[in-house]
Amino acid sequence: MRLPRTSPRYRLSPWSTPALVVIAVAITFLVTSGPILLAGANPIAAYAEFVVIPLTSRFTLLEVLVSATPILFTGAAVAIAFRAGYWNIGAEGQLLLGATAAAGVGAAVGDLPAIVALPAMLAAGALAGASWALLPALLRVRFGIDEVVTTLLLNPVALLLVTGLLHGPWRDPVTGFPESPRIAASAEFPALIDRSRLHLGFVIGLIVIAIAWYVIARTPAGLRLRAVGLSPHGARFAGISVSRTLIVAALASGAVAGLAGVSEVAGIQHRLTSGLSPGYGYTGIVVATLGTLAMPGVILAALFLGDLAVGASTAARSLGIPSQLGAVVQGVLLLTVVALLALRRGRSTRPADTGPAGAEATDDESAPVEEPVA
Amino acid sequence: MAGVPGSALALELRGITKRFGDLVANRSVDFDVVGGEVHALLGENGAGKTTVMRIAYGLTHADSGAILVGGRHVPIRSPRDAIAAGIGMVTQHFSLVGPMTVAENLALGRSTGLRLDLAAARRRAAQAAERFGIRVDPDARVADLSVGEQQRVEILKALARDCRVLILDEPTAVLVPGEIEVLFATLRSLVGEGMSVVFISHKLAEVRAISTRVSVLRHGQMVGTVAGATDERELARMMVGRPMFGVERSAASEVPGEAAPVLRIVDLRLDGPHGRPSLEDVSLDVRGGEILGVAGVSGNGQTELVAALSGMRRPVAGSVSVDGVDLTGADPRRMTAARVGRIPEDRHACLIPGLSVAYNLVMERLDDFRRGGRIDERAIQANADELIARFHIRASPDDPVATLSGGNIQKVLLARVLSRDPRVLVVSQPTRGLDVGATEYVRSQLLARRADGAAVLLVSEDLDELLALADRLIVLYEGRVVGEMAAGDADREQLGMLMAGRGRNP
Repeated sequence: MRLPRTSPRYRLSPWSTPALVVIAVAITFLVTSGPILLAGANPIAAYAEFVVIPLTSRFTLLEVLVSATPILFTGAAVAIAFRAGYWNIGAEGQLLLGATAAAGVGAAVGDLPAIVALPAMLAAGALAGASWALLPALLRVRFGIDEVVTTLLLNPVALLLVTGLLHGPWRDPVTGFPESPRIAASAEFPALIDRSRLHLGFVIGLIVIAIAWYVIARTPAGLRLRAVGLSPHGARFAGISVSRTLIVAALASGAVAGLAGVSEVAGIQHRLTSGLSPGYGYTGIVVATLGTLAMPGVILAALFLGDLAVGASTAARSLGIPSQLGAVVQGVLLLTVVALLALRRGRSTRPADTGPAGAEATDDESAPVEEPVA
Repeated sequence: MAGVPGSALALELRGITKRFGDLVANRSVDFDVVGGEVHALLGENGAGKTTVMRIAYGLTHADSGAILVGGRHVPIRSPRDAIAAGIGMVTQHFSLVGPMTVAENLALGRSTGLRLDLAAARRRAAQAAERFGIRVDPDARVADLSVGEQQRVEILKALARDCRVLILDEPTAVLVPGEIEVLFATLRSLVGEGMSVVFISHKLAEVRAISTRVSVLRHGQMVGTVAGATDERELARMMVGRPMFGVERSAASEVPGEAAPVLRIVDLRLDGPHGRPSLEDVSLDVRGGEILGVAGVSGNGQTELVAALSGMRRPVAGSVSVDGVDLTGADPRRMTAARVGRIPEDRHACLIPGLSVAYNLVMERLDDFRRGGRIDERAIQANADELIARFHIRASPDDPVATLSGGNIQKVLLARVLSRDPRVLVVSQPTRGLDVGATEYVRSQLLARRADGAAVLLVSEDLDELLALADRLIVLYEGRVVGEMAAGDADREQLGMLMAGRGRNP
């Protein structure tokens, strides 16, 4: 009747979550050895190529960090929303809006110094991402419309907006390519290390995650957010405004996803393109889940998936296997982790002391929140 | 210890042992039930009653022991095996699909093919009504039914699967006097047809009223099996290992009769399902130092009354005020700020089970526990240490509330509310599901608040509780106040008539 979306897990040793992820990785390798064998490669060699080889050279190591950068943002964005019990599947669209704003502001700042241009771009991107997240959040708290559907459906809308811009007003006047004009030099993220693509976005991502961790773990607002995520009814009963918490979580999530777009535009592409994101917003859901919605976990999961992404492309060249096998491994890993989490939940909880059917039916989580929006 | 003469052993458990980690839930428990009897399983909360019956129904697996059905060993690995062996169980938490109708739920429990045979389900419901007096509207939506009616649907489901042994886990915990009588009548007609009923309970009077035999569990061990008519004191001694005593209000209650009421409700009206109001023209006053008891069969507006006073439901008409300050339609935050303490019946849902005891204790007033921009963890911990000691909560501050027993969860809610020195206490079913010790503790705390001058509104389905604690009683029937009396003048028969809607008109 009521979907146990985030039933809490009780009385676990602090080691069980890392152990669970390690077990999930082992099972994933076992399961994916089949397709790898089919592709004509030795699974052991392939895994070494996927996971270990990228860490053995300076160039690939830095590329791992580059690949991890956008999903640090989107992973954190998704984790923030999910912790509040707000199922934001729209990080992809919010990222694209953030990228669009960054490209617009970045091209408009002209000769302004970086100290002005970069904050302006970050602010515009966060605002754009948050604004794309606003409508589903309002629909959810006002009318009880499921945000999973609305946030998801806004993703293709955002992509159409981007392609519309690129084929219309923002089309490159010189080449005629559907690409926006290059942003000003002062608006580009500086490289962190010479002769590499690693840029300021990586550090900003870590800072954002540190702030998110602090707010969620240490402030009253963060405790309220966790309370709403764990038990909306109990939170409302204690006088917490569930609507306001959900809206704030949705906006924060959208803002962080928007920053992912800023980071890609200012750090990598230096302009808006329709292929800017190969699904970073969706990968953010994988990152957040693998990281068990905890901020340190998000960092580890983003680094691991970055590693896998780089490994999959080098394996394609060195072993001649399809680079899509990286995506296969990622997908199987997600399913394994989700399955193990569900298994653990089933074992570690006792039957919940919930009311009879009537009481539960009126306690539907996605029902409109019966309180005025503050 | 022998079975009822002339009856076949229907279900027999031999040497059932079950451990959960360090806890031994059942230690070598023997139990049997024969055809045509109600065999009660009596014990305090945590005595292992539910566990041993969950094992019999395949919901839990024993570490050792055997299950025999009709004298033959039967491996029961899952409820499917149990159902095939003719065992049915109605657990405390119903497994009904709320948005579906009764007939659909019955068909779901039975259908094996692709077709949902609603006509057969409806026929079975009609037959059951005729044979056993189990009356439920087959076309009603389950979520709209009262808890008592939902329980009837669960029993119908078990009967529809041709069960011969029906296990009922604390079936009366969710019922009120009127419904309990209906249930007992049903059980009598079931055993009259040769069925066996296992009746799990911790209520002495009910066990004596319905049982052929009574088996008593204490700390996971079988204390003994006695005849159903055994003296209450003897049963209580077996159950708790000590004689029980009751908590009652002092007879000399010096209620300030002329004092202005603290809590005043005027013509309150709340909408309900089917366009029928769930509360209509409810007016009542509660003075300081007074406990007003609200009696009634469940589903007659009590839940809505408590929800309105908790700030969880907005009335469509009427007013609520505390000490003259209007609180009509106030949200939970304003209610608590006005020193209204709230302890509803669904206590689990009113806490945040995934968070720690310490956090739950301060959840209503997080702003008092901040230093700068951050949570003052030290103050929260100190507050928890103090309340845990003061309210005898058996938990440590960092334990998630979900890991606590029902009695300790109730104490957490009680501590959260009482630590704020409430002017008004709104309490519903405060001792439901609690064991004897916790029940006495909760009742004594309510009386202590009354002595301190708080206005207490006590909703309970336990008439003994109301008569023991309340100064005055009102009776709710179909959302209206149909009677009011001083507790000293109340007699059970009159109360029963009012609760059944056969009293004088308001």
